[in-house]
Amino acid sequence: MRLPTSPEVEARLARLELPFNEDGLDPYGIDRRRLGFMFTSFGLFYKHYFRCRAFGVENIPKRGRAMLVGNHSGGVAFDGMMVIASCFFECDPPRLAQGMVEKFLNRIPFASEWSSKTGQFTGLPEHAVRLLNEDRLLMVFPEGARGTAKLFVERYNLVRFGTGFMRLAMATKTPIVPFGFLGGGEAMPTVANLEKVGRLIGAPYIPVTPYLLPIPLPARMEVHYGEAIAPVGTGDEDDQVILEKVNAVKKSILQLIERGRKGYEAR
Amino acid sequence: MKVLVTGISGKVGQLVCHALRAGGHQVVGVDRRAWRGAPEGVVIHECDIRKRGAEDAFRLERPDAVIHMATVTHLTAQSEDRYRINLGGTKAVFDACQRYGVKQAIFVGRHTYYGAAADSPLYHTEDEPPLGLETFPELADLVAADLYAGTALWRFPEIDTAVLRVVYTLGPSRSGTLSSFLRGPRVPVILGYDPLFQFMHEEDLARAIVLALDSRLRGVFNVTGPQPLPLSVIIAQAGQQPLLVPEPLFRSLLGRFGLPRLPRGALNHIKYAVVIDGSSFRDKTGFTHQHDEHSTLAAFRRALAT
Repeated sequence: MRLPTSPEVEARLARLELPFNEDGLDPYGIDRRRLGFMFTSFGLFYKHYFRCRAFGVENIPKRGRAMLVGNHSGGVAFDGMMVIASCFFECDPPRLAQGMVEKFLNRIPFASEWSSKTGQFTGLPEHAVRLLNEDRLLMVFPEGARGTAKLFVERYNLVRFGTGFMRLAMATKTPIVPFGFLGGGEAMPTVANLEKVGRLIGAPYIPVTPYLLPIPLPARMEVHYGEAIAPVGTGDEDDQVILEKVNAVKKSILQLIERGRKGYEAR
Repeated sequence: MKVLVTGISGKVGQLVCHALRAGGHQVVGVDRRAWRGAPEGVVIHECDIRKRGAEDAFRLERPDAVIHMATVTHLTAQSEDRYRINLGGTKAVFDACQRYGVKQAIFVGRHTYYGAAADSPLYHTEDEPPLGLETFPELADLVAADLYAGTALWRFPEIDTAVLRVVYTLGPSRSGTLSSFLRGPRVPVILGYDPLFQFMHEEDLARAIVLALDSRLRGVFNVTGPQPLPLSVIIAQAGQQPLLVPEPLFRSLLGRFGLPRLPRGALNHIKYAVVIDGSSFRDKTGFTHQHDEHSTLAAFRRALAT
């Protein structure tokens, strides 16, 4: 099966620094051709549908381990897709951001295949540690499914952050690049979440919009990357110590959102 | 060194025998199957490892080391028999090792020990417990045998015991769990899933086992070859045809229309990956595989064609 890939994506893929074998497969099963198709379709959304803009990409290290940590915005993970697209289209050389996805995704046919072949692995600490130790770029939403479940009115709030990402960053000496994401809530204005219906297909919930379907509107999106935070410590510290560091990251994300919001709403 | 190999008549057992002899070791074998064409000078005691005859082999031969590879998979034996061979046989072998002063024992187990599940990580390390037994009870005896063999490390500290968890083997012999799965006219795969499969050339495995012996390895080690590949790529490079079946249909089709007969729990093993990290073994023994993923699959493909 031949998957369509745009020439621009093809050229950028050639510069992607992943250890592909001669068939275009890396040791985790990431498939170059799948990435080609994924970025071609993400590119259409990124450039034309959401007209996404990325600010501060120079804060993402060109090489070596890093953890992108940001807010969830919107009922379905379009925010994650656009962050992945921004790292591929805006970074030089392009980088593959690898998300830590919800466990249910791997149980669903096709979603299982696509996520694992594009490097979007189940969010397990074992995966995070291994990928970081191999100097990859990790994308983390510490709000988890609690974050995508935010309603339209709550779209700029942050819900509780998990602390696992901080311990992992400290243990692996990984710089954290905070980002604020804008526009996901506008693209998918969630008015309610159907949890029971979601459970039927194995998902945490199904978002409901005023027009019922969980289909995104062509709202503009923005991602604002902030200065990297170097973690200090071993990751074995008390919860209190970790929580303080998590709150500092949370604060810088909120600042990025607030700062971005002015320009975003004026645009 | 005098080395007793259980399961020597199996395809990998034969390769281990040749590799041992090439390394200057003396080899004796125990197997309930005959090995016609066994090299001259290799004495084979044709008996079950749980029976008296096997113990006689230990007493008569007084081996310095034992390589225990007489385990069977769900594809070749019914569950009760399998349980007795895998667990009872492993106990019998280690008891005999202790009784007859064997200095070194190697248990050749399988990487499927770790189990396949939607939420299991890629690249398992040796400290991880087995997963997914609740959905694949047929695996219990191999897991039990693996863990039981590991107890020899503290029960018989005088014996250098190595438990090897090895990936699937492929190669000219066309034998082994993955080979059997791939061998049919059509290889059934579940629509929407394409897990990574990890395999190594059978000759590489034989070399790795001999290397474990020569390095006097102690402990539990994953043994791997080249990087894992998605099942679809393996099927294509083996020159086989996949049959994509939606999962609900899958169960009812197994064992019919020339499709292999698989236990229900095996389904997770064709939906999700079991990928292990073999770096510790490589560090300790200096092992490197000589056959990469392409040449291994090419050898298997040639063997299928003949």
